[in-house]
Amino acid sequence: MPLPRIVKELQALRQAPNLDDYAKACREFSYEAVRERLGPGPGGGANISFWALDRHIAAGRGERLGLRWLGRDGTQRDFTYAELDAGANRFANVLRSAGIGPGERVFALMRRTPELYLAALGTLKAGAVFCPLFSQFGPEPIRARMEIGDAAALVTGEALYRRKVAPWRDALPGLKAVFITETDAAPDETTQALRALLAEAAPHFDCAPTQAEDMALLHFTSGTTGRPKGVIHVHEAALHHYATGAYALDLHADDVFWCTADPGWVTGTSYGILAPLLHGVSLIVDEAEFDAQRWYGILQDQAVTVWYTAPTAIRMLMRLGGEIAKDYDLSALRFMASVGEPLNPEAVVWSNEVFGRPFHDNWWQTETGGIMIANYAAVDIKPGSMGRPLPGIRAGIVAREADGEVREIAEPDTPGELAFRPGWPSMMRGYLHEEARYKKAFAGGWYLSGDLAQRDAEGYYWFLGRADDMIKSAGHLIGPFEVESALMEHPAVAEVGVIGLPDEVAGEAVMAFVALKPGFDESEALQKELQGHARKRLGPAVAPRQIAFRKNLPKTRSGKIMRRLLKARELGLEVGDLSTLESDEQR
Amino acid sequence: MSLSEEQIRSVLVEELGRIAPEVELDTIDPDGDLRDEMDIDSMDHLNLMIALHQRLGIAIPEIDYPKLLTLNDAIRYLVARS
Repeated sequence: MPLPRIVKELQALRQAPNLDDYAKACREFSYEAVRERLGPGPGGGANISFWALDRHIAAGRGERLGLRWLGRDGTQRDFTYAELDAGANRFANVLRSAGIGPGERVFALMRRTPELYLAALGTLKAGAVFCPLFSQFGPEPIRARMEIGDAAALVTGEALYRRKVAPWRDALPGLKAVFITETDAAPDETTQALRALLAEAAPHFDCAPTQAEDMALLHFTSGTTGRPKGVIHVHEAALHHYATGAYALDLHADDVFWCTADPGWVTGTSYGILAPLLHGVSLIVDEAEFDAQRWYGILQDQAVTVWYTAPTAIRMLMRLGGEIAKDYDLSALRFMASVGEPLNPEAVVWSNEVFGRPFHDNWWQTETGGIMIANYAAVDIKPGSMGRPLPGIRAGIVAREADGEVREIAEPDTPGELAFRPGWPSMMRGYLHEEARYKKAFAGGWYLSGDLAQRDAEGYYWFLGRADDMIKSAGHLIGPFEVESALMEHPAVAEVGVIGLPDEVAGEAVMAFVALKPGFDESEALQKELQGHARKRLGPAVAPRQIAFRKNLPKTRSGKIMRRLLKARELGLEVGDLSTLESDEQR
Repeated sequence: MSLSEEQIRSVLVEELGRIAPEVELDTIDPDGDLRDEMDIDSMDHLNLMIALHQRLGIAIPEIDYPKLLTLNDAIRYLVARS
């Protein structure tokens, strides 16, 4: 039984929404109009940082609060737009002095400190490419991504550097500079303390005259096979960041906006840094990890008006119960949105009861660069649905035919693959050095998302699952291959299959099935050793939470491990077509 | 039933070893945030809380989870409630 829809009444909204009539917005929308709104870029070009900083300063908004940073220890640091701009300029000058040129990749492996934001904005100003990494990655995911991305520079903290980078740093001959934050003394002669460099650098910098199609961001995503993919985004993506900030997040110039995502993932960059600054709003950044009372306190004390968070966090708040929220004055809050994995309908209804307003689920992925399907402030919500496509976006449900052709499914409520007509500004421009894999993402004039969904008669989209073996855990897309590869490096391991198991809080949790080589015996000690082995290499966000032994794993004739079958059996589900099964699982 | 500090410590160490077996617990700062000291994330911490509840039979309301972020704080909290 679907939960009742949440009806929106325009008159009841506290602030006139940017999108008040969905059909009209879709009819009238054009990216050209957004481009005009943003105005000319540097030297007639396009640059995300220029539009996010210089543009506001030129318009006399330099003294507005741009970023408020809340430290774990209770400290607070404020940056006006002018101060953010000066900091970004200093960082751009540091890059230039280090010989980092336009188009070169600057990686960030950092906790959420102010330097992270200055590095992101300064990198873009310098015309270089910003590549954020999640600080909870282990050394192997970090190394693979920096190798694929041809890292020219790295910004990181001292402990992260020592533990996760220093041991293999020599393997990257192209790495010209390593900047260490939060210290006055660099740990060794191959690194430099960033604080001193920023202090010495000039606060002025002429923004690089990058063009619309110049690479700006490189985000990594995992595949079911092969190495991680470096997803290329260009400066023109700012148009989509701006448009979605207006429509899907309903940002207005006087908003206080809090996106809880870490910039190590695409949400934390597109919406944790860029979209809000493009809109000139005040951005809240919290250095600490999830803590319910701290979060409610931030919403209250910072008078957050627009809040963008993730289902895992929402479910943790739900576990805690809504009573606690009543101890806080959350009256400033106007709009709440969620992304990362489908938000369960109960959570939408719960939020409407506890906060007096619902979470608005939306859908996008690293490749799309920005929100594609959303629930809107002025549009009815059907709890459990991701909503409807953004103005300017043509979505569809398609079927891949046996001959490789793709056919659009017009009938409502029919499962298929979620697909989009390419051409929006934040669409990926390629997987770095992987033209063949990039081409495989398209067919019949559609970009194929890899997610299964269906559309109802009113045009609302409903997520059904992944079309492949990718795992969605705590909002992060985890490729089983990367996890399997790390486990295969252990001398006791003969074969591995990695799946996602349903998890009440995280959506899915990573589980590995391992078959041992002859001469090794199943034991709790070995299980722990494998767990530790995986965690050391992959970090906690990617490593399996559970490892189970099997004598043999189910395989196809070509020797491919059938993850789908492992999962179905583990969950007691219908195992489906077994015609390709050659060698079956043995417990 | 009242548990000794030693019993509680040994269960805590055992459960931490189950979540992050790669960490040598005698090398970590007992007053440091476990998430930094052991490179565990919030899902790991949640699983730790659930395991401690099951093993020790001590109720740990979720609102109190932030009070068990260091080794010493966790032991203090659990001893007080055992």
